[in-house]
Parts: sequence; C-alpha cells; structure tokens
Amino acid sequence: MSSVQIRDVRKSFGNFEVLHGVTIPIEDGQFVVLVGPSGCGKSTLLRMLAGLENITSGTISIGDRVVNNVQPKERDIAMVFQNYALYPHMTVADNMGFSLKLRNASSDEINKRVKRAAEILALSPLLDRYPRQLSGGQRQRVAMGRAIVRDPQVFLFDEPLSNLDAKLRVAMRTEIKELHQRLKTTTVYVTHDQIEAMTMADKIVVMHDGIVEQMGTPLELYDKPDNQFVAGFIGSPAMNFLKGHVRVNGVATFEGPNGVKLPLKTAPANSDGRPAVYGVRPEHFTIADDGAEAEIIVVEPTGSETQVFAKVGGEQVVAVFRERHQFNPGDKVRLKPDPSLVHLFDDATGKRMNA
Amino acid sequence: MADVAIPRAKPQMTEAGAWAQLKHNRNWLGFWFMVPAMVFLIFFLAYPLGLGIWLSFTDTRIGRVGHFIAFENYEWLWDDSIFWLSVFNTLLYTFVASAIKFGIGLYLALLLNEHMPFKAMLRAMVLIPFIVPTVLSALAFWWIFDSQFSIISWSLKHLGLINQNINFLGDTTWARICVIFANIWRGVPFVAITLLAGLQTVSPSLYEAATLDGATRWQNFRYITYPLLTPIIAVVMTFSVLFTFTDFQLIWAMTRGGPVNATHLMATLSYQRAIIAGQLGEGAAISSAMIPFLLAAIMVSWFGLQRRKWQQGESND
Repeated sequence: MSSVQIRDVRKSFGNFEVLHGVTIPIEDGQFVVLVGPSGCGKSTLLRMLAGLENITSGTISIGDRVVNNVQPKERDIAMVFQNYALYPHMTVADNMGFSLKLRNASSDEINKRVKRAAEILALSPLLDRYPRQLSGGQRQRVAMGRAIVRDPQVFLFDEPLSNLDAKLRVAMRTEIKELHQRLKTTTVYVTHDQIEAMTMADKIVVMHDGIVEQMGTPLELYDKPDNQFVAGFIGSPAMNFLKGHVRVNGVATFEGPNGVKLPLKTAPANSDGRPAVYGVRPEHFTIADDGAEAEIIVVEPTGSETQVFAKVGGEQVVAVFRERHQFNPGDKVRLKPDPSLVHLFDDATGKRMNA
Repeated sequence: MADVAIPRAKPQMTEAGAWAQLKHNRNWLGFWFMVPAMVFLIFFLAYPLGLGIWLSFTDTRIGRVGHFIAFENYEWLWDDSIFWLSVFNTLLYTFVASAIKFGIGLYLALLLNEHMPFKAMLRAMVLIPFIVPTVLSALAFWWIFDSQFSIISWSLKHLGLINQNINFLGDTTWARICVIFANIWRGVPFVAITLLAGLQTVSPSLYEAATLDGATRWQNFRYITYPLLTPIIAVVMTFSVLFTFTDFQLIWAMTRGGPVNATHLMATLSYQRAIIAGQLGEGAAISSAMIPFLLAAIMVSWFGLQRRKWQQGESND
C-alpha cells in the first residue's frame, strides 16, 4: 500500500490537450473515485497512472517514487478493465496466476496465492473453468482476483461495473467496497456513474473537460458543491436550476423565471440584483402554503418515494417526496424549497455564491 | 386492455390438400433452396472427381474409349521412378514453401498490425502478388530467372560478384529454389492478410492487461497472441498446404517440370501424361494418387488443430 500523488499532470494527443493540469493527492489506503461525464479525461488519467499512456507534463508518484518513466510492470499496480480483459485461453486459476508466472514464482507459491484470492472472492469452485463459461459477475470477480493475487501497492479500476446488469452492479458495488475495507489497498476507481462514486468513495474527484471541478468526501460534494457543474452532476434526480436575480429588500429573496419568488436564507454581500442560478435538490422541496405556485405535469411513484415533475414559473422542476401525496397531472400545488439547503451560483461563472 | 376485444377472423378450418401442406413444409422448402448449390457441387466437383477416379482404373486414351483394367495404372506408377520423383518434389515444394510462407506471413501480419504511417497503403501493397494472375507473375519470374536475360545475373555481374550468368531454371537445385521462391512470393499475401485479420480480433486490452501483469513483448506474443491465433493458423495453413500441394500454373509456366523432371509436381506430371501424351487413364491415376496426401493434410488440421476448449460457441467441456 502506498500514497499516490498526481501533480499538475497534463496530457496532449498531438496538439489537443485533454488534461489541463490535474493535481490529486491520494492518501495511503484511500478509496478515490474519479467521476465525470465521458470525455472528461478520467480514464486517460487512470491509464497514465497505470503506465499505459505517457505523461505529457507534470508528475505522478506512487509512494515516494516518481513513476513518469517507470515501466507499467515496475509500478506495482494492478488494474481491472471495463471488459475485464480476461485471457480467454486460460482457466480462471491461470488467469489469476499469470502475473506470478511471469515473475517466475514457484508453482507452490502461485497455487497458494491463487487459492487465497479465490477464497476471498468465492471463486474456489470455478478455478478450472474458462472465462467463457462464467457469468458476467463471475468474470468481474476473476478480474479482481487477478489484481488481488499480485498484492499491489495500488488497485486501479476502469469502469468495472458498466458491463453488468443493474442488480448485479449494486451487489458488486458492495462487494468491492467490502474488499477494500478488508485489504485496505489504495484504490483509484473510475466511473461515470455518480451513484457508484457516492456509495463507494472515501474521496470523490469530479472531473470535467480535463480539469478537476471539485474534490471531497461524498457528503461534502452533495452538501456544498463548488460550482453548478458539480451540483448538477452529483445527486439523483439531478438538482433543479432556476435562473433569475437576487433581491435584497430587507429580506433576501430570489426572483426566478416569470417573477416567481423563492426563499433565500441569506443573500451574499452586495448581491442585490445580481443575475444568479438558484439550485435546489428535488428532495429539498416541501408542500407549503407560502411556496411557489407549481403545476404538476407527471407523477412517477417508485414505492419508496414519489417523483413529481412540475412547472414553476414556466420552468420544469423535479421534486421528490417520501410521503405519499395524492397528485394528479394538472393539479396546482405550492412547492417550497428549504431555504437552508438552497444553493446559489453565479450566472456567468457557475461558481457557488452562498456559504 | 382487458375491455378491448380484438376482433379476429375465424380461421378457415378446411382440410388442407397435400400440395398446400407441402408448400408450407419448411424442410421441403429448404430442400429447394439447397438444390442450386447441390447441382453445382455435383456437376463441378463430385462428378469430375468420380470420373477422374473411374478413369484411373481404365486404359482410356484421348480419342479412344478405355476398358476397365483395375489397378494396372497404379502398378505401373509404383515402378515408375519419375512418378516417385514427382511425389518427392511435391512434398518438398509443399513443406518448404508452406513453412516459409507461414513464417513470412506471420511476420508481415505482426508488422502490419502495429501502428505505423501509411498502414492502409502498406496493407494494400502486400496484397499485390495475390491479385496478379498467376500465369502473369509466373511469366515475370520466368524472365527474372532467364538463363540469358536474368536481371539477377545481370545485377550480380555488374556488382562484380559473379562472372557468368546463373542458370536458374536449367540447374536442378536452382530450379527447385526458383519455383519455391515464386510460390512463396505468391502465397505470402494470403497468409499475411488472413493472420492479420486474426490478430485484429485480439482485444488490445488483453495486451494491456498482460503488460501490467509484467509480460515483455515476447511474452505477449508467446502467451497471448500465439495461443489466440492458433485457430486461424490452423485454417490458413490447411488451405495454404492444399493450394501448394495442388499447384500447377506456376510450375507449368516457369519450367514445365524441367530440368530433368526436377520440378515436376504430381499435378504437372498428371497433366503431361494425360493431356500432352494422351494417356488419360495414367494421368487420372496420378491425380487420384494425390487424394490420400490431401486427406492426410486435412486430417492433421482437423484432429490436431481443431477448435480449442476455450473458444466460444462450443460446449465440449
């Protein structure tokens, strides 16, 4: 196990720069998730960490060794690929033992370590099978087994769950997290799924267009997104954004589209009349008499909660209620955002305005 | 939807006639779809093959109906040293040419699978020997290896390496080398392009995984590329061996089996005996004698190199 330092790393393909100076400190034993929409550079960064891509500038160190010019096999990392990259012509045991075989480990040693990893991952009965005889979840576990067997400094995961069906994905999520709690190996995990990021990470790094938008614990990102991008990316259903202006006439309010009045706890200094974006999470709406008038469009019950799509000031918003309201399309209700949980972003820069 | 009744036409329950039933019988229909292919195969493959085998048991000559003479043709061939020489030549030609074609083809395929400038153009260029008609390329080689006008002799003389022309197609050893060379030149593209297609089905992430597992480039080839390529290699080499074994055009255009029968293959000898000399029965016997060799080659690839357990789509575990 060891820490990983990514310092001002840039990556260009020809003249096209895809990573614009990324700095991410990763502590020993941490589970870090790089999350962002496709094309944000997260996979490229992971591949640079693995040594599969060159580093254009900046440094990456594993432990206290700068690995920019270190061969992949000397970096002591193990990677789990999105398509698992299992060797189709080798049995599960051979797949898992391949790296040890290449390092000329004795067959006793290989057997012992493969067996141990197989026990951890409940793969023992499958050791003589070929990858094509395994289900998606089992293949996924073999891919992890291959990583565990090596006992590396750092685990790298490149969207490992995206080829699984929804139910299995949830199960594997827990399994990976449990595995990390058990082995405590530093892990860097790439995904585009913010729920995976939220549920698994010690630290989330939100990336967008080759820069780090924000780093922090899952709840920090949820409670205090630095900017509108992170606010919209983290949380499901996504945060509602309403454009308008801050009004301070004794009491701070937000004037939304078509003059809708929305509550603010406090207004930032000197913000009267400033154009801004009002962000409120679907789960932070309540039905209240002093709420903004809304017309219900669609109601989607999921059992545990009900998602309500409604129009506020002509803009569509989503609200989620855990209590069971009897709504019908066309109903007029009054939706009130919780003022203490409201986010305010600068209209031009997208930066967070309120504390 | 429960309250919406879908009005449905009452099916006509009349007894369908035999013809109507036959029209809807999938097997019957399938049979008719197969007929064109079957006719084609029977007339152009099975019939000539059967006729050839039948001819080999007769003393047919051109212009004269033969009589059944059982194994007499084969008995003659058994004592015919030229026939045995042609068998030796064919085996030598096939094994040497196929082995070298495989080596060069695999090398080219690996090379063309790398990222490099003008990749598409290079791939197209590799195919050139394959698309030139065999007879034309054989004629070109005939000139290249000509005893008087050979460009090779000319170049070597001007470089001061030799004093007189090399008698490429007049010397038995040289002639064998030359025809094998020409066959390799012509056969490499097929092997290279097919193996390249096989290489491209190997997922790049396997190489990445192996590289992270600590494999060198050689180990990548040894443990990933080669095992994953074996099924394709089996198919390609079976075809390559069959094509080489039955080669006729190249030899006939370049040497006509000479000098002193040193490059006579079974196919060319058969042609010479049957068509040139008119001994259809004897020529057919030589042709038929190729069948056991070809069957053996197919068997080797069938049993030795058949689908591996790990491959998709078969449950032989």
